[in-house]
Amino acid sequence: MPSGTPESAVSLSYRDAVRAALHQALSEDPRVFLMGEDVGRYGGSYAVSKGLLETFGPERIRDTPLSESAFVGAGIGAALAGLRPIVEIMTVNFSLLALDQIVNNAATLSHMSGGQLNVPLVIRLATGAGRQLGAQHSHSLEGWYAHVPGLRIAVPSTLDDARFMLAAALALPDPVLLFEHLYLYNMEGTLTEGLARVDLEHAAIRRSGRDLTLISYGWSLHKCLAAARSLAAEGIEAEVLDLRTLRPLDDAAIMASVRHTRRVLIVDEGWRSGSLAAEIAMRITEQAFYELDAPVTRLCTAEVPIPYARHLEEAALPSAAGIVAAARALLRPAGGS
Amino acid sequence: MNASAAALTREHGLRLLGAMLRIRGFEDRCYQLYGQMKIRGFLHLCNGEEAIAVGAMQEFGPEDAIVATYREHGHALARGIPMDRVMAELYGKQSGCSRGRGGSMHLFDASRRFYGGHAIVGGGLPVAVGIALAQKLRAERALTACFFGDGAVAEGEFHESLNLAALWRLPVLFVCENNLYAMGTALERAQAEPDISAKAAAYRIGAAVVDGMDVLAVQAAVAQAARTVRTESVPILLEMRTYRFRAHSMFDPQLYRGRAEVEAWQKRDPIITLSARLRALGVLQESDLAQLQRDCEAELDAAVQFAEHSAWEPVSDLERFVYAERHT
Repeated sequence: MPSGTPESAVSLSYRDAVRAALHQALSEDPRVFLMGEDVGRYGGSYAVSKGLLETFGPERIRDTPLSESAFVGAGIGAALAGLRPIVEIMTVNFSLLALDQIVNNAATLSHMSGGQLNVPLVIRLATGAGRQLGAQHSHSLEGWYAHVPGLRIAVPSTLDDARFMLAAALALPDPVLLFEHLYLYNMEGTLTEGLARVDLEHAAIRRSGRDLTLISYGWSLHKCLAAARSLAAEGIEAEVLDLRTLRPLDDAAIMASVRHTRRVLIVDEGWRSGSLAAEIAMRITEQAFYELDAPVTRLCTAEVPIPYARHLEEAALPSAAGIVAAARALLRPAGGS
Repeated sequence: MNASAAALTREHGLRLLGAMLRIRGFEDRCYQLYGQMKIRGFLHLCNGEEAIAVGAMQEFGPEDAIVATYREHGHALARGIPMDRVMAELYGKQSGCSRGRGGSMHLFDASRRFYGGHAIVGGGLPVAVGIALAQKLRAERALTACFFGDGAVAEGEFHESLNLAALWRLPVLFVCENNLYAMGTALERAQAEPDISAKAAAYRIGAAVVDGMDVLAVQAAVAQAARTVRTESVPILLEMRTYRFRAHSMFDPQLYRGRAEVEAWQKRDPIITLSARLRALGVLQESDLAQLQRDCEAELDAAVQFAEHSAWEPVSDLERFVYAERHT
């Protein structure tokens, strides 16, 4: 970007926004370094870190062998010893090879040491389906990770969050997993003028409405926004709540919106059984049951390994059309007015 | 420090002997306390393996980092974590070195760079690699000593970690405590190549086999290896051949090994052999041994009293430390 031009004046992609966030973090804090598979010479599997090697050198843009457990564990160790590593796991699918380090070490060391140690580690992972990559490259396991105390789980779903969530994550003394939906990397737009930071505590209303609340994150958030535009054309005003952090969940924001609209549809790319959607629905039941005008509903991914064929993959995932239909059903139940 | 037998002084010999007696005494006391249900959970005692922790720790300074396994009482004590804090941890008390949240398998002391206490076999190795990476990036002349058992050699994390440490030239001293059994599975029943030290060559890592029952041999090998690790910033693998005299844990009838084998190794008890060597050198009197044992018993009694009289963490603090309480 030419110097002197406000960042907000330039159209950029989500990928560019994450890269700018990395550039800023590496520039501002000598303790920060990036490591992962093909983050250096290759430029990142999704081209997120392209060009950073030339600027920051191989010590700080560190290519790793295909050893997820070792390099995630190395990130934990480096964080314990005072550095601020950013570990890129190419996709959430590969993070299963590092599950021992993430769940048994990163999440436990602070508590298990009686607060003597902390793990200020940021792990970035591409997540989600929608690119016809088949079952082993299409998982949405952020809800799994959100089950684990000791981890913080956040999802940048907008350009602003892609640009500024990393700094917020690095400022925390705890392990933070940032899930970047692979479908969003090409999303283009501009940053909010004057914005310089975001927090990692609050959900955000991305569209206001009075008739129902759509709760979502990631690519599904954008399906919700598209659905809300369609619904508006038929006179239904949907509020769209972007969760932003999946652990901890912003209960206050969820309940405030629920009390306002009294109807809820949760849209979650995870599988339905044991899903984050189930957790949110239960919290609403516990905290706002008597505010509801209708049962809490949800739209999740069909309970199949994500198939390759386009029509099957589309049928498996939540869609804008499906959200519209579910919203209509919520507002105008069959047999109702 | 050079610890060759020829240069063995009375002072040094007594220090090593005292340190091993202290660990042996601690483990035996833990065994009793477990029977009295003062200590619960899993308890893995290191009787027979004391020479490794004691010999190795002589060569590490406060700037070095230690990563150990779930059989780590000896390492914690040899590193200098006060015995009363370790005992209190086994009791689950607030004054324990992990505030009662870790237990026997998860001893920590950040001030002494003692990074656990890891109970997933092999799980500590990648962490050690990362600590060493930080040491290297900050140009410290420190090293990270990573202790693990022969069982860990079967884990992918062992191979990934050796490769990464060698590839990036990191100052990790990998110390394999080969006691011949991964719980109840003998090494040759688990490894197509049971020579653990030979595996280092695949990663172009220097390795040596050390008599882990001989504290002087351990110290000498670690001294030499640590010098190379520090000056050349490369990992080294030391395979310590050792044997645990007690069961794997408190729930192990030891069906997988014979009495004769145990007795043969007990003849090589590192405390007995060092005592004999010191006697032969004429620097150990029976009164010295008695004094060391009295000191050890006194420290143990005090540690047990400390643990007995320490407070329990209030249940209202259950959820503390899940996330860091101070921003760093």
